[in-house]
Amino acid sequence: MIDIGLGHYLGLSSVIFTIGVVGIFLNRKNVIVLLMSIELILIAVNINLVSFSVYLQDIAGQVFTMFVLTVAAAEAAIGLAILVVFFRNKGSIHVDDINSLKG
Amino acid sequence: MIEIDYIYPEIFLILSLLILLVLGVFKKNSYDLIKKITTICFLICIPIVYLNNINDLVIFKNSYAVDSLSNYLKILILISTTFSLIFTGDYIKIQKLDKFEYPLLILSAVIGMFLMVSSNDLIGLYLGIELQSLSLYVLASIDRESEKSTESGVKYFVLGALSSGLFLYGCSIIYGFTGSTNYYVISESLKASTNIPILFGIIFVIIGLAFKISAVPFHMWSPDVYEGSPTSVTSFFALAPKIAGLGAIIRILYICFENIYVEWKAIIIFISIASMLLGAFAAIGQTNLKRLMAYSSISHIGYVLASLTTNTKDGVISAISYLNIYIIMMISSFACILLFKRKNIYFENINDLSGLSKNHPVIAFCFAATLFSLAGIPPLAGFFAKFYVFKSVIEANMIFLAIIGLIASVISAFYYLRIVKIMYFDDQKDKFDEVETLGIKFSILVSSLIILFYFISPSFILEFVEVASKIIN
Repeated sequence: MIDIGLGHYLGLSSVIFTIGVVGIFLNRKNVIVLLMSIELILIAVNINLVSFSVYLQDIAGQVFTMFVLTVAAAEAAIGLAILVVFFRNKGSIHVDDINSLKG
Repeated sequence: MIEIDYIYPEIFLILSLLILLVLGVFKKNSYDLIKKITTICFLICIPIVYLNNINDLVIFKNSYAVDSLSNYLKILILISTTFSLIFTGDYIKIQKLDKFEYPLLILSAVIGMFLMVSSNDLIGLYLGIELQSLSLYVLASIDRESEKSTESGVKYFVLGALSSGLFLYGCSIIYGFTGSTNYYVISESLKASTNIPILFGIIFVIIGLAFKISAVPFHMWSPDVYEGSPTSVTSFFALAPKIAGLGAIIRILYICFENIYVEWKAIIIFISIASMLLGAFAAIGQTNLKRLMAYSSISHIGYVLASLTTNTKDGVISAISYLNIYIIMMISSFACILLFKRKNIYFENINDLSGLSKNHPVIAFCFAATLFSLAGIPPLAGFFAKFYVFKSVIEANMIFLAIIGLIASVISAFYYLRIVKIMYFDDQKDKFDEVETLGIKFSILVSSLIILFYFISPSFILEFVEVASKIIN
């Protein structure tokens, strides 16, 4: 048996964070996938904060996590609302269709 | 006095937001009323912030700074927001954006900005950034019928949320390796030791903040959002969020990271050079005025960051005075852009301005003065702004940065002067509508007068700014 230490949690969170960032830049399909990638980034941050908080014996990290969770919920709500308005105008939420502004 | 007495401005704005929200829901067609009350609230808030300025304090267990710098920036935010409300009245009516949510979203964004400039703790900074950004995402896509506006909202949302994610990841690393989210504690523990993971955290935090002020290489959202969103919203984007973002950057670089100057200096120099050059080159081929203003604001942010690389008090003073003059020039240019309409259709292309000087000599003169000032030509205000920046940069022995800045400002003079040429020497087109409303006339008058006659007493703004930056040592 190996002991699960701080390093393992940080490794997990950095993997999840990388998946989230790569997901945003490589995704060519659907804007919903972008929203999921953003949630993955925030989850990685939360894992980081909670594991640091336990390691440091300090409550501030967990308080921060609570705030991040709340803001993440608000952000998802606003993101989906903007997406619905966009879909009404364009009839599609394909990433390739977000192309009327460029130059 | 107990600590809560020092956050009266925030309490006042939050209470008025809540009351106005209820009023807007229960009263039909309440846009006019709500907008008037919101503007009055901003005006009332200015003396409240000013009277708050008794002595420099950091309250709530060192997590919220109420000092001369934050009060100065708050007053600047309030003034610029008031202007962006009064000169956009016509546009909002004509484009049918007159929903009561519009001024309230601006109000809630301003509360977020107050948190950003005052916060002395990473948690407070994050909440401020999010409160500001979430309101701005909705504002960008407020024109629900327009494809461009909603698309700019989607783009802004995705990239803004990504940048908050990067910022947060940096915060979590800094918290883990220093044991606190408070700026003072972080600063102390960075003095004792730094290591590679902390540098990662610092880079992520700076990336997140650079995104919010649209500095290169994190600028890709800003031209699209500026072009797509309604012009009234664009003018707000060009004013207040920049002040708040730079206030947060000044506080985090000069208070939180003050002991690791060598590490962040290289990053900020890179960002600043890239912003100045890209802002100068990319704007050359633009035909849309709003897009051109986006690139112009990117290059101005580059100059502000250049003077922040000095790590001296003079650097902060010149950065804030540059910001001041930038705000005045942006108010003037966006008020002029909002005048270019015929039969309730607004024109945004540079070619639509051709021959403007024959039909509207006064407007053409004001716009030309603003453009000359943006290009930094003496004796207009923009020259003094650039002069302060180059002076502080050269005093800090970074001559290469000053040379690059000068080259960039010469290149950017090209596209400003091209507009002047089109206005004064190209063929005449139909007349634009006459200006009826007072707000837009007042904004252009005040800002043009300041731009034209700034040289009479150039130390006027500097005196205020010097008082404001006394907390930086």
